[in-house]
Amino acid sequence: MARARGLEKEAMAGYLFLLPNFMGFMVFTLVPVALSLVLSFVDWDMLSAPKFVGLQNFIRLLGFHNEAGRLAANDPLFWKCVGNTLFLMAIIPVQIMASLGLALVMNQKVRLINMFRAVYFLPTITNGVAICLLWAWLYNSEFGLFNNMLLRVGEALSVPVQRVEWLTSVAWAKPSLMLMGLWIMLGGYNMILFMAALQGVPKELYEAAEIDGAGSWHKFWNVTWPMISPTTFFVFIMAVIGGFQGGFMQAYIMTGGGPDRSTTTLEYLIYNHLYSWQHVGYAASIAWFVFVIVFVVTLFNWKFGGKVVQYSHY
Amino acid sequence: MQQGPVEINKVMNKRLRSFLKKSAIYAFLIAGGATMIVPFAWILSTSLKPYSSVFIFNIKDIQWFPHPVYWKNYIDVWKVVPFAKFYLNSIFVAVCVTFGQVVTSAGAAYAFSRLRFPGRDNIFFAYLATMMIPGSVTMIPVFALMRTFGWIDTYKALIVPAIFSAYGTFLLRQFFMTIPKDLEDAAKIDGCSLWGIFWRVIMPLSHTAIATLTIFVSLGNWVSFMWPLLVTNSIEKRTLPVGLAYFQELYQYAQPDWGLLMAGSLITMVPVIIVFLFNQRFFVEGIKLTGMKG
Repeated sequence: MARARGLEKEAMAGYLFLLPNFMGFMVFTLVPVALSLVLSFVDWDMLSAPKFVGLQNFIRLLGFHNEAGRLAANDPLFWKCVGNTLFLMAIIPVQIMASLGLALVMNQKVRLINMFRAVYFLPTITNGVAICLLWAWLYNSEFGLFNNMLLRVGEALSVPVQRVEWLTSVAWAKPSLMLMGLWIMLGGYNMILFMAALQGVPKELYEAAEIDGAGSWHKFWNVTWPMISPTTFFVFIMAVIGGFQGGFMQAYIMTGGGPDRSTTTLEYLIYNHLYSWQHVGYAASIAWFVFVIVFVVTLFNWKFGGKVVQYSHY
Repeated sequence: MQQGPVEINKVMNKRLRSFLKKSAIYAFLIAGGATMIVPFAWILSTSLKPYSSVFIFNIKDIQWFPHPVYWKNYIDVWKVVPFAKFYLNSIFVAVCVTFGQVVTSAGAAYAFSRLRFPGRDNIFFAYLATMMIPGSVTMIPVFALMRTFGWIDTYKALIVPAIFSAYGTFLLRQFFMTIPKDLEDAAKIDGCSLWGIFWRVIMPLSHTAIATLTIFVSLGNWVSFMWPLLVTNSIEKRTLPVGLAYFQELYQYAQPDWGLLMAGSLITMVPVIIVFLFNQRFFVEGIKLTGMKG
C-alpha cells in the first residue's frame, strides 16, 4: 500500500518535472509537425483564408507534364535546386577525408596541440554571417584577395590570367562555395570526433600489426580504418543529413541564390517560398520532401549502420 | 655487448627518420594553420583601412599592414548601424534561451532518467523521433504561429520557441543515466524528497554536462540566423548575425565599405573566440560525449 502510494507520488513528480518542457515540446515541435503536414495540402499566403488543394502542391512539386512532345517538370526550379543541393554535397567525401587526415596528423603526439586545434576550430565557432561576409570579400572579383593573388602569379609567370568571377559566374559559384565549406569544416566537429576515435583504437592492435611486419599504410588500412569506421559512417550520415538542409546562409549573404539560381539550395528555396513569395503551403510541401529524404537516410543508417561497420560506442 | 657500427647506423637512421617525420608533421600543421589564419588576418587588415584604400587594387602592392592604421572603422561601425543594440539583443536572447533550455531540459531529463510514470518511454521515444526532423518542417508552422500570436518582431518570438529542445533533454538524460542509483537511495534514506534528490544530488553531480549544454546552447543561439531573420522586422529587434546581414544590405547597389563591414564582423567574433579559448576542454568533451554536430 505504502509502496503503491510512493509510486503514485513518483508518477506525479515525474509529470511535474516533465511538464514545462513537454508543453513547449507540444506547442513548438509536435503540433507543428502535424500542422506542417496539413499545410502541405493547403494553399495559403498568410493573409487570406487557407484553401485546401489536396495533392496539388505535391503534383506541382514532383509531377511532370507533356510540353510539345517532351516531358517537362511542373516546377523546373525545384528540380534545379535539388540538383544544386546534391552538387554542393559532392564535397562531403573530400571534407571527411581531409578532416580524417588532419586528425591523423594531430594525433602524432604534437606539441602545442591545443593551439593548433584552436586555430583549426576557429571557423566553427565564428558566426556564419561573418564567415560568409569574409569569404565574399576574399572572392570579390574586382578587389578581392584571391583575384589579386591570381593576377600576381600570372604576372610573375608571364602568363595572361583573367579575373575569375568567383561568385558571379554560373561555372564558379558552386565550386567557390564548396571550397569555403571545406575550409570551414576541416578542423571542426568531425576532426575532433576522429581524434577521439583514433585515441580509442587499442594500442595492442598496432603492436600486433608491427610484429606481423606491417608498414604505416598497412597499419592504417587494416587497423585504423576498420576500427574508426563507426565514426566515419556516423560523420558521413550526419553530413548527408545536414547537406540536404544546408546552403541557406551562403545563398542569403553571398550570392542571393544566383547567378541564375545556380546556388539556390532546397533550404533557400523553402525560405523564398515561405517568406519572399508567401507560398506557405508549397514551402511546407518542399520541407516534407526534404524530411522524407532525411528519413530514408536515417533508416539506411539504422539498417546498415550496425552491419557494415563495427558499432561499439554509439 | 658493444654496439657495432651497424647498430649505431641503425639508431642514427631511426633518429633521422623520426626527425624528418616530426618536421613533416609540423610543416603540414603550420601550413594548414596558415590557411586558417590568413583569411582572418586579411579581414583584420581590411578593417584597419579607410574606404578609399580598400579598393586600391595594385598587383604589385597588396597592403597587409595598413599604413597608417585607420582605427576609425571601429568607432564608426557603432554609428552606421545600431551595433550596440544588436549586441545587447544577442546577449539578452542568448542568456534567456540558455537559462530556459538548461532548466526545462534538466527537469525533463530527470523525469525521463530517474522517475517511473506511465507513458514515460513512449513520450521519450517521441522526443527522440523528432530529433531527426528537418528544422524547416517545424519552422514553417511555428512562424505562422508567431504571426497568429502577434509575436513577430518581439523578443518573445526570439526566445520562447528556442527554449524547448529535445536535444538538450536527450543530452542531459544520457548523462543522468550514468549517475549511480546508490547515491539516490542513500539520499532517500536520509529523508530527501524527489525535488531534493534532483537539486542536491543529480544537479551538482552533472556540472560538466550542464556546462557543456550551456556552452553549446549559448553558442548555437549566438550564431543563429534564419529564425531571427524570419521573426524580426525592425532594426531595433535584430540580433548580431541578422544585424550584420542588414548592414551588408545597406550597400546593395554599390561596392560595400568593406573596411567597416569587416570591422563589424570581427567585433562579433571576438567574444566567442575568448570564451572558446578558456573553455576548449568543454567543447572537446561535449563533442565527444554526444558525437553531435552544431
